[in-house]
Amino acid sequence: MRPTVVAKSAAVVAAVALLAACSGGGSSSGSATAAATGPVTLTFWSWVPGIDKVVATWNQAHPDIKVDVTKPAQGDELITKILTANKAGNPPDLMQAEYQALPTLLTNGAVADVTDYVSSQESAFSESSWNLVTFGDKRYGVPQDIGPMMLYYREDLFKQYGLKIPTTWDEFAADARTLRQKDPKRYLTTFSSGDPGWFSGLAAQAGGQWWSYDGSTWKVGIDDEATKKVADYWGGLVGEGAIDNKPMYTPEWNKKMNDGTLLAWPSAVWGPGVLAGIAADTKGKWAMTALPQWSSGEQKTGFWGGSSTAISAKSKHAAQAAQFAVWLNTDPGALQGLVVNGGIYPAAPAGQSVPALQSAPAIMPNQPDFYTRAKEISGTAVGFTWGPNVNVAYNTYKDAFAKAIQSKSSFSGALSTIQSATVDDMKSAGFKLSG
Amino acid sequence: MALTTSSTQTMTVNGWAGRPRRSRRSTASAPYLFLVPAALLFIAMFVVPVGYSLVLSMRASTVSGGGIGVRTERFVWLDNYRAVLSDPEFFHGLLRMVIYTLIVVPIMLGLALLFALLLDAPAAAAKRFSRISIFLPYAVPGVIASLLWGFLYLPDVSPFNDLLGWLGLPEVDVLGRRLAFGAVSNIAIWGGTGFNMVVLFTSLRAVPDELYDAARIDGCSEVQLAWRIKIPLLTPALVMTAIFSMITTLQVFSEPQTLRPLAKTISSSWMPMMKVYRDGFINGNPYVASAGAVILALGTLVLSLGSLRLLQRRAFAEDR
Repeated sequence: MRPTVVAKSAAVVAAVALLAACSGGGSSSGSATAAATGPVTLTFWSWVPGIDKVVATWNQAHPDIKVDVTKPAQGDELITKILTANKAGNPPDLMQAEYQALPTLLTNGAVADVTDYVSSQESAFSESSWNLVTFGDKRYGVPQDIGPMMLYYREDLFKQYGLKIPTTWDEFAADARTLRQKDPKRYLTTFSSGDPGWFSGLAAQAGGQWWSYDGSTWKVGIDDEATKKVADYWGGLVGEGAIDNKPMYTPEWNKKMNDGTLLAWPSAVWGPGVLAGIAADTKGKWAMTALPQWSSGEQKTGFWGGSSTAISAKSKHAAQAAQFAVWLNTDPGALQGLVVNGGIYPAAPAGQSVPALQSAPAIMPNQPDFYTRAKEISGTAVGFTWGPNVNVAYNTYKDAFAKAIQSKSSFSGALSTIQSATVDDMKSAGFKLSG
Repeated sequence: MALTTSSTQTMTVNGWAGRPRRSRRSTASAPYLFLVPAALLFIAMFVVPVGYSLVLSMRASTVSGGGIGVRTERFVWLDNYRAVLSDPEFFHGLLRMVIYTLIVVPIMLGLALLFALLLDAPAAAAKRFSRISIFLPYAVPGVIASLLWGFLYLPDVSPFNDLLGWLGLPEVDVLGRRLAFGAVSNIAIWGGTGFNMVVLFTSLRAVPDELYDAARIDGCSEVQLAWRIKIPLLTPALVMTAIFSMITTLQVFSEPQTLRPLAKTISSSWMPMMKVYRDGFINGNPYVASAGAVILALGTLVLSLGSLRLLQRRAFAEDR
């Protein structure tokens, strides 16, 4: 998940469900199978807010497997730290790994194959969640949280301007144009050249397959037909001025989200936490619905963000570490703690209806069925395979799309730039590519 | 520290306290013993890291065995240098850096000189306050300054645009393509002028008053005094501040890096140092990053030494 998002949403969720935490957190005992080799201490690097409280309940119930959690960094910085520590020979036993970073960790020999340890947990996660940690039939982590994408819109302003809640992207575009005609100061939404994770989720919804791996060779399809369709759609809207073209997560964007300049936001399940942080004046005015579809009648969505718990390839206690990772991400008490303290949306379906997720998010009291809808939508998420150099693709995305917007050139041209930069990088690193 | 003590002790024993008669031979080695701590620190903190960077810059990590494969490091010698030098983005970055330096150094030093001369003029009032307030931005770290200015630059939250709108003028996107250089330069000038002013002002204060008295008796006006006496006397200080400013601007990084998420104009390789950072910490390729850093370091060294020689010859010609 996006670190900024976690931090922002954490405060909100924590405030709402503080009481639930007290009742839920401590009740789990876990089914500790006696460790074979006496007491061990496992190190764990994560950045989920309040994870130490969840870990404390584990430590209480499992004196033989003590977990020592620290927060050395967030997101990409943590990956850099893990890779460095792995090279130096002292990586943590357990680590929080965003799905898109797993292949990077994997190809650097930093994460262990956990297939055997999680084989009994098949039914604990959906197929699309397992997909995010699977490469060539092998599993390299336990899914923790997911960010299924959905559409947030200003209920009040949609009514005021007579806009139809879009069910297809065509309707979404029509709304964007109508709004511009009715009020040239407002935009339906913005296209962000700063958020590759956002765009990849939209591409996944359309059926984009940026990477695929058959066990021996990789295929890169960032400029495949589905993604081109998505890019040209947004490029068209930006080109005709139907939507804004400024990046998200800037003070300017915050202001526009708060003052009603922007009316809709294709985002993910953690959206309310962000809205509460940046657009407090809009409480009760946002509503959530499924992402618009490419063809009517379809029900699909992509992921924006999310992470897993992975185990170091150099850990001496992989079995115990796996036991903890499974507990952390499947035990209802642990998940309740992660939701309350960390504001995550659990990947495990069992965790998606914990007590903390029974009432609406604080910023959206007008939508009491928020999490029921969210659970339905997350069931429609399509899996996505990440490649070993997502960092290169993401960074090129930022440069290429910013340039395309600036110079008013085609968005599918920007995709070709990303595709060739990614392929070149993989080739020079020695990966075998097909197609 | 242990080394410092032991070398001093050796000195004491062999030098003065122990055998005063043979002091000649021992004192010959004394300077070297005194040098040991500094030399060791220099080796540990400078020579070894630079050496390691050189080694890194000639290596690469590649995957073998297909698929996920196994990563191995090996020597590729000059391949990384070739990759950096054949990347057009690197040269575009260099060009931007030159433009940036040409904007920042003259304006910053010009302002610093102007302020120093004004503060030194007998007619100036509130000197202490002015000096501190001009110097103060130097105390603001570059990243913080860039964030502050970034918020002021963003069109929709900028107070400047409110002001322009109030005056009935069109809004300006300072972070747009035309003004981006100005936006980044402005932060550096804002932050650096005060420091250079203090350096120049201090060396102005060192000029004996008799010189000014003599000039005034000869009928010299304050402006003539500044032009004919103060500026020529300031030349060595100007040369020094120019070289230091140039080295700082050649390493420009934190200002554009901090503004990048706010500005579509600033790419991840906008300045050469940003490219080095990107290669090393975003793309996870410390090898190419090291090669880029070595090239930049060599370039900076050649440029600074070259300009130092050139300027020194002119500035200190009378000394010889």
